[in-house]
Amino acid sequence: MLPPLPFGAMAGLSRKDVEHVAHLARLGLSEDELARLEGQLNHILDQYAVLAELDTDAIAPTAQTIELENILREDVVLPGLAADEILALAPERSGQYFVVPPILGEHGN
Amino acid sequence: MAGGLRRGDFNAHDLAVAHLDRIEATDRPLHAWVWWNREQALAEADAADDRFALARESGADALAALPALLGIPVGLKDLVLTRGDKATAGSRILEGYVSPYDAHISENLKAAGAVLPGKTNMDEFAMGSSTEFSAWGPTANPWDLDRVPGGSSGGSAAAVAAYHVPLSIGTDTGGSIRQPAALCGIVGLKPTYGRVSRYGIVAFASSLDQIGPFGRDVRDAALLLAAVAGRDERDSTSAPIDVPDYPALLPVDDDQAAARLRGVRLGLPRQYFVKGMEPGVEAGIREAVAALAAAGAEIVDIDLPHTDYGLATYYIIAPAEASANLARYDGVRYGRSVRLPGGDYIADYLETRGTGFGAEVKRRIMLGTYALSAGYYDAYYLKAQKVRTLIKADFDKAFEQVDALVAPTSPTVAFKFGARLADPVAMYLSDACTLPVNMAGLPGLSVPCGLSDGLPVGLQLIGPAWSEGRLFELGRAYEAITHNADWRNAEPTDLAKLTDASLPSAPDRAAAVRASA
Amino acid sequence: MSLATKTDYEVVVGIEIHVQLKTASKMFCSCSTEVRGAAPNSNTCPVCLGLPGALPVINRRAVEHVLATGLAIGSAIPDVTRWDRKNYFYPDLPKGYQISQFDLPLCAGGTLPVESSDGPVVVQLRRAHLEEDTARLLHQDVPGGGRVSLVDYNRSGIPLMEIVTEPCIGSAEVARRYAEELRLLLLTIGASDAAMEDGQMRVEANVSLRPRGTEALGTRTEVKNMNSFRSVERAIAFEIERQTRALETNEKLVQETRGWDDTRGQTYTMRLKEESMDYRYFPEPDLPPLRTDAAMIGAIRGRMPELPAAKRIRYRTDYGLLDGLVADVGGDYFDSALRFDPPPDPKVAASLFSKIALRERNNVPNLLDIRPGAELALASNLRTSGAISSQNVEEVYAEHLRTGTPVNDIVAAKGLRQMNDSSELAAVIDKVIAANEAAAADVRAGKDQALKFLTGQVMKETRGQANAAVVAQLLGERLK
Ligand SMILES: [Mg+2]
Ligand SMILES: [Zn+2]
Repeated sequence: MLPPLPFGAMAGLSRKDVEHVAHLARLGLSEDELARLEGQLNHILDQYAVLAELDTDAIAPTAQTIELENILREDVVLPGLAADEILALAPERSGQYFVVPPILGEHGN
Repeated sequence: MAGGLRRGDFNAHDLAVAHLDRIEATDRPLHAWVWWNREQALAEADAADDRFALARESGADALAALPALLGIPVGLKDLVLTRGDKATAGSRILEGYVSPYDAHISENLKAAGAVLPGKTNMDEFAMGSSTEFSAWGPTANPWDLDRVPGGSSGGSAAAVAAYHVPLSIGTDTGGSIRQPAALCGIVGLKPTYGRVSRYGIVAFASSLDQIGPFGRDVRDAALLLAAVAGRDERDSTSAPIDVPDYPALLPVDDDQAAARLRGVRLGLPRQYFVKGMEPGVEAGIREAVAALAAAGAEIVDIDLPHTDYGLATYYIIAPAEASANLARYDGVRYGRSVRLPGGDYIADYLETRGTGFGAEVKRRIMLGTYALSAGYYDAYYLKAQKVRTLIKADFDKAFEQVDALVAPTSPTVAFKFGARLADPVAMYLSDACTLPVNMAGLPGLSVPCGLSDGLPVGLQLIGPAWSEGRLFELGRAYEAITHNADWRNAEPTDLAKLTDASLPSAPDRAAAVRASA
Repeated sequence: MSLATKTDYEVVVGIEIHVQLKTASKMFCSCSTEVRGAAPNSNTCPVCLGLPGALPVINRRAVEHVLATGLAIGSAIPDVTRWDRKNYFYPDLPKGYQISQFDLPLCAGGTLPVESSDGPVVVQLRRAHLEEDTARLLHQDVPGGGRVSLVDYNRSGIPLMEIVTEPCIGSAEVARRYAEELRLLLLTIGASDAAMEDGQMRVEANVSLRPRGTEALGTRTEVKNMNSFRSVERAIAFEIERQTRALETNEKLVQETRGWDDTRGQTYTMRLKEESMDYRYFPEPDLPPLRTDAAMIGAIRGRMPELPAAKRIRYRTDYGLLDGLVADVGGDYFDSALRFDPPPDPKVAASLFSKIALRERNNVPNLLDIRPGAELALASNLRTSGAISSQNVEEVYAEHLRTGTPVNDIVAAKGLRQMNDSSELAAVIDKVIAANEAAAADVRAGKDQALKFLTGQVMKETRGQANAAVVAQLLGERLK
């Protein structure tokens, strides 16, 4: 977990935070990269500080710019891709299956 | 060109050969292309010639009914998927990836009989403003081979500017069509969000990405947009709104075109004349505005008070979306995959992604992951979405007063290789004038408006949603009123040099420029 | 009763159920959802494989199924809902995120009343939302040791409804009853086939204990891998006992995910909870929001069949059928039998149905969908009228269910009718007495057992056509 954000402030990232975020994003980074990113990310985060100037309490967020709603498709089956074609993309395959890297734990949905 | 094909002045095969010869002869110092395929392009050209022949036999009506792009070469940015072809989005993580399907726009272009010679260079996953972040090395600017063509669609822009293709496709998430169009002295349009289907376009930031045309003039760009725009049921954000016949809106005759300016109200947004703007660029824009006024447009000063917050907002929202969009590159199903001996999937993921993505992409994934993580969402992502509302509201208010806005496309002309690599924020500032337009989902057109120190300056026209037709008309009008200007007939300075076989490749030259700085 | 009651701990169980919705195509793409019999990785496309450039499009039918479920359980349906990305990395998740719903689910709140051995209980629901299934992982041993994980994307993107209760369930039995009742509801409205054994319905339980009368929830464990209703009850009961013992011996409980081992009848540690998963939810930019208007809701309401609870009440009040079983499983089949003209006696029909149809259902797939309820009515009426013996009615009805031959045709072909007439029966009775002198003597001596034997012999002799009551009476008179 990242440390809690001080109220009304933009946080600075520590080296440990950078490592945590890199792991969340599943980016294997070298020591050099981690060091460089710590500086760069904090520099970029400094630019974000201007946003704190704006009072947005009463403002609704915008996730999408065009106001579409209820774009639905009918429940109809259409042909997809041939198994051989997609398995040809696989880094590793076994018969009709993709082989994935070894898994130790489990995960739900 | 389309007219020549139709009349039979030349055929599609010869047209393709001419362009392919030029690509082969001059791409080494330019590096506009990730790959091209001569045989495939010639087969497409021959198919186009067959369609012409068939139509000619059937008579004038059949000939007139042929698609406007039949036999015309169109370059595709390396994130537009075409079935059976490689597509890397400028990234090592997709090295060797062959798409099993066509993008919506690829289907449209193929149906229209366009000739698709290959894929153009780009910043990795469209993250960048100089094309220096391509895993395959940078592209040079035909106006000065020591300089960048802009980005992220730098390859597409340079290819059009260097006569490799008359038309090309780019994508624009924060300025990636308009800025390289400006820096390469050509026309580029970022359509309204939802105008062109994103199906089959490698995603960067889903709520911002749009696909659009590059051309050497407004009418060419309009022709290409007309061919690719329209509702696609495979993209839920593709708008069910009719696409006007853009080319039909645009007079060939200069006087007729210029007449469209009379009575038009154009807004000049104060905040777009930003600090760090080059005087030569500002002079070029002011001169263009004066010309528009002289031709009958009314110029109104406009305030877009939240413009200065655009950069921070953009650099939260775009990386956040990108951090999720790029999560699929995990080495399980396709693309780069590192399987460490004795490793488990987490170790393999870390290694695959750590070595597959370049520095800028990693930076943005980190930013986006951070902005979305527990406890930070409200302060960053939600806050940015709220400011996005304010930025959009600024534009809505402006369009109550004016028909369109005129502004610089880029605060500077093309910069030297390496000039903005050291400081990510300096690179991000390249898009200060373009990214608010993406935040609001609006269309923006960049047209050449002169030279500053021999390098192109771009004029940006911004309109309300779905006003591409109006923007094309204004752009065409501007072409008409400046058709006599000296800079109009200037060719890219280093164009003639490109055939010099002794020139270093673009990546080598870029390295040398960076070293000497 | 669980130990918890005895030791003065209160059991707090919350249930999370994922069900695959019954649609022809997947949640966000047009691939088929038919995974049974399909070759691995044969139902895929750019969307459900997470290929570059692919985009989701919402399946209308899946949305309707969730809304129908919400209406059936009395959820509030918000005017606007939206989709969110739930971000995590796992090899069964092709995009690196699952499209789900975070803070605006399609259905909020609701209740589901269930019966339990302690009487009726109302289970409070928190929410129901729509999401997409993951791919199926298979773990195989490889020659020379080690394991390899394979993935089949046929399941990737199948529509999934997640239904979550409040932590309000007080026993393992109620948890099981809730799961059963929910399954019945989903089957009734056609939202899911909900076959647990096929993984179409996946039940997870959050189990914790707290001292009775206190508010704060205790350390909870999440129990998974329960592949039947029976194992749901057993697993939760095991977990309650395990936790009770731990609390009583001051052993520290840890928050963790535990799997259920059905063979050993135990739960085991699957993984410790990572320092809270950070899913980085944010609104899915590829999908516009969904607005549920009155017309849409009205249409779904209009198509809603009679729900199980209402049907049980109707069967009880209209037909006097106290056991809910026939209402729960009889479906349209039983209803159409009751609608037959002339209508059968509901209790006779219910008894035939329970005894015969529920048995034959195991031999013929979709039996109740392919046989007309009218035949059950005809069989019931034959029995009520006494036209053929009850034994023969059962045999005829069973044969009809197995073969599809109409009941009347079987009766005619076998020449079945009931022999009530004493003169007709007299000859058979004489013959049986003659052949069983010893038994006859026993009857004369007042042994009931022998009378039953002789009655049976007469029934056998008449191929079941004799009216058993009349036979017994005649035998009794003859052997006084
Ligand atoms: Mg779920
Ligand atoms: Zn699919």
